[in-house]
Amino acid sequence: MKSAAQTVADVASGASSANEELDRSLGAIRARNDELNVFLYVDEVGARRQADAVDEKVRRGEDPGVLAGVPIAIKDNLCQRGIPTTCSSRILEGWRPPYSATVIERLLAAGAVPVGKTNLDEFAMGSSTENSAFGPTKNPLDPTRVPGGSSGGSAASVAADMTPIALGSDTGGSIRQPAALCGVIGVKPTYGLVSRYGLIAFASSLDQIGPFAKDVRDAAILLEAIAGHDEMDSTSLPEPAPSLSAHVDDGVAGKRIGLVRDLVDGADDEVVDAVEGAAQVLRDAGATIVEMSIPEFRLGLSAYYILAPAEASSNLARYDGVRYGLRVDADDVTAMNEATRTAGFGDEVKRRIMLGTYALSAGYFDAYYGQALKVRTMMIDAFARAYRDVDLLLGATTPSVAFKLGSKVSDPMAMYLSDIFTIPTNLSGEAAVSVPFGTGEAGLPTAVQLLGPARSEARLFAAARILEIAEGR
Amino acid sequence: MTLPGEWEMVIGLEVHTELQTATKMFCGCANHFGSEPNTNVCPVCLGLPGSLPVLNERAVELAMAIGMALHCTIAPSTFHRKNYFYPDMPKDFQISQYDLPINKGGFLDLPDASRVSIERAHLEEDTGKSTHLGGTGRIHGAERSLVDYNRSGVPLVEIVSGPDIRSAAQARAYASELRGILIATGASDGRMEEGSMRIDANVSVRKAGEPFGTRCEIKNLNSLRSLVRAIDFEARRQIELIEGGGVVRQETRHWDENLGATSTMRTKEEAEDYRYFREPDLVDLAPDDAWQQRVRDGLPKMPAERRALLSARLTSSTEAQFDAVEVVIDLNLETYVHAALDAGVDPALALARAANELAGDIDNLGHLSSEGFCATLLMEQRGDLSATQAKTVLGEQLAHGGDPASIAASLGFERLSSESLEGTVATLIEQFPDEWARYREGDEKLAQFFIGQVMKVTKGQANGKLVVEQLQARR
Amino acid sequence: MSSPLRRDDVAHVAKLARLTLSSAELDMFTEQLGQVLEHANDMSSLNLEGVKPTAHPFELLNVVRADEIRASLDRDEVLAMAPDAQDGRFAVPRIMGEAP
Repeated sequence: MKSAAQTVADVASGASSANEELDRSLGAIRARNDELNVFLYVDEVGARRQADAVDEKVRRGEDPGVLAGVPIAIKDNLCQRGIPTTCSSRILEGWRPPYSATVIERLLAAGAVPVGKTNLDEFAMGSSTENSAFGPTKNPLDPTRVPGGSSGGSAASVAADMTPIALGSDTGGSIRQPAALCGVIGVKPTYGLVSRYGLIAFASSLDQIGPFAKDVRDAAILLEAIAGHDEMDSTSLPEPAPSLSAHVDDGVAGKRIGLVRDLVDGADDEVVDAVEGAAQVLRDAGATIVEMSIPEFRLGLSAYYILAPAEASSNLARYDGVRYGLRVDADDVTAMNEATRTAGFGDEVKRRIMLGTYALSAGYFDAYYGQALKVRTMMIDAFARAYRDVDLLLGATTPSVAFKLGSKVSDPMAMYLSDIFTIPTNLSGEAAVSVPFGTGEAGLPTAVQLLGPARSEARLFAAARILEIAEGR
Repeated sequence: MTLPGEWEMVIGLEVHTELQTATKMFCGCANHFGSEPNTNVCPVCLGLPGSLPVLNERAVELAMAIGMALHCTIAPSTFHRKNYFYPDMPKDFQISQYDLPINKGGFLDLPDASRVSIERAHLEEDTGKSTHLGGTGRIHGAERSLVDYNRSGVPLVEIVSGPDIRSAAQARAYASELRGILIATGASDGRMEEGSMRIDANVSVRKAGEPFGTRCEIKNLNSLRSLVRAIDFEARRQIELIEGGGVVRQETRHWDENLGATSTMRTKEEAEDYRYFREPDLVDLAPDDAWQQRVRDGLPKMPAERRALLSARLTSSTEAQFDAVEVVIDLNLETYVHAALDAGVDPALALARAANELAGDIDNLGHLSSEGFCATLLMEQRGDLSATQAKTVLGEQLAHGGDPASIAASLGFERLSSESLEGTVATLIEQFPDEWARYREGDEKLAQFFIGQVMKVTKGQANGKLVVEQLQARR
Repeated sequence: MSSPLRRDDVAHVAKLARLTLSSAELDMFTEQLGQVLEHANDMSSLNLEGVKPTAHPFELLNVVRADEIRASLDRDEVLAMAPDAQDGRFAVPRIMGEAP
């Protein structure tokens, strides 16, 4: 499929039009959505209106925007005014938000064409997109396998050439892990770089919106378009969007990159091979590779599976049947709340709500939540020490290639282990990119993860681009 | 109320006040009482999925102003979530300050010179409002309830006193002095009847010198009168319970104004587990010195200082003047009084006219300048107007504005000539020879009798002081 | 802290979280949540005395907005979301007990 960058060029020059690009996208969705269950809702009317507006701007000689005419898939935990937004949960079925997320406003202003809402694990809780009330999404590269999660629909949309780019959200790896399993680029930006206003919260101190793309340049262009301070998000970084796409070809000469054993050990051999191969490519491009160990990373999973559920238990309290979404009737309001939540939430969501409620409750707070907040500090300090020595870190994104549908869904703990390499960056709030690199079992893509300090996106993209070139893309 | 035996009350008050901001605490919706239901709502204050709070600068400044007026330390603070389910709370948690409040450790001095410590004064958001259908219109027995979220997210400051209060009267004095401070800072309109100031009372009893007893928290105190009644009732209930061999349970109790009684709402065992944790959608608050100084510079004088300034200009300290000073401070009338004193009006007269005539028509003050007030009082003091006439002129100024001299002229209020007054007094002396004789013998009370007679004849146009001068001259 | 979670604990948190669990679900969740908490016990052996807790990734300070009115939502749009509404308000079945 044509890249976003090429699409913008073609639309702006008149070689193509936003409507033609939209037709192509809708055609691809029609061809495979029944099979793959990527989109929960396709907004043909709204997309057509936006495409018309872009084409009209081109006709009038106005600037149609940095994403002019580029079809984009939106994870269904981002609010778009008037468009059903479900978080893949029965509890929000039928809800149409009366407002749009800041990222949606920015995409529209940039001329992008949101085509619809993609499937996810309910409330972004999961690593396979099997925890969706509306059925699992299948991996376009092998429909017997999962696309990863929780942003499985958005990753699959790009992998299946339904849209050149997509938006997801990453709380513990929910962009990077599905990007790895679907063979696309996935970016978890620095916390606060992209406004969370309108992103339906899972774990507020960890959630971050980020891009999926086929190549690094597209990811950089998309991130530039959505990043930058937003007064509607108190945790938004104060500065405007950084310049990213201009630095994609900066290379890695003279850079020091730490190969972190703790982000490789325990992964399948083919994934280990991919990481070591990537290290060699970066070395050949002029970087110095430093082997290092950051043992604190091993505590990440424990801290994450306390902190994220704790915040989630509070964030998801509002789904009580009073104001919007599902209501299951009962005699009194307490019984109504209970009946609604019991019917509306799936098991994984219930598990995490209860886990978080427990971790915050009287008598257990210090042992679990309090301790996890301190482990988070250790994690941040450990990253800071590493970045005093090196510019970037390198490791695996996830321990294996895409696994079979149904293989982990009954064993939550095994599923949670899919996030073991991605979680540390969410805890530190820093940036990371997953880049497809190498091939594993059954010809499925393997991937590596590049990690950097806060605001290091340009540096990460430059390194990712080196790997992409080595892969012949 | 006096308690039996050696019993004493131990009271701490939690006062919630809505802040007079233009917008809500975390969103740009209007903070306005009395709008049509659910018209001042947006994704943030409805707790819609994906919405995020952003703190109102003015709410922070008003909270600081309250803290400064209460001699608190302005401290680095954080916001927490207090988690519990309730339909009028759209996120099913309340954003509040918990272990690190913006104001801590202050005090409030009461007019009787007692001091009540302030533990903290913190920011939090208000909830929506429910109305109950069916049954009696109260929550119990209702069939269904309707929720309006206009109040949801309105900024509140909760001011928590130490357990330093020892009587219902002192509790009242504290609440009333605090109310004055809240109004003076501009933080609150102090309207308890509209719920913009609400009080919970922690009450326990003990024998003097003994450690604190078990306390009960009384909710729903919506007037100073309820505060006093509820505390007295609750203290008596606890004493009777203990003297009857019972034990006070720690619990939350509800005050029923109609029954004049408190009843159990929730026992300690039933208390919620609020699972407080840091609000991840808000950042820390730590006003720097410059910001604090800006707020401090904008602080007006507090009631205690204003009271002291005014009292210092009085010539005598009668009960009536003390009460009048309270009214004048309470209603912010001292500009008038100070102007009158500057112009040479007698303090007793200035206070009386402000605390009665001005206080009685407070909504019309816009029509009356302090110059107009002074002019009328000076005419009265000179004897150009009688007291009754002066009151009438003031009433006219408040109602329609205007210059007092022209008002007096248009009403036909002309000073009685001294000749005409002399004539009247002479006639009355002839008419009441016995009374005149007794007055001459030194019975001063009879001066009042003659003033009364003169007023009757002149239909209130005479000046009492001049009558006395006439009487004395003929003695 | 082995086997950190009992069935009663799960029943208690389910109640706090307004969820109803069947007996079979109670068993299942007790086991599954127990596993996660057991994994989390690798943190409890750490001596973190003196380590500052981190609640926010980056410590921003004093983020405030000006006290200026912005447009509210249209009431019809707001109440259109409601499962039940009456007289311009959200309607709910009877409320058991006063707010805490």
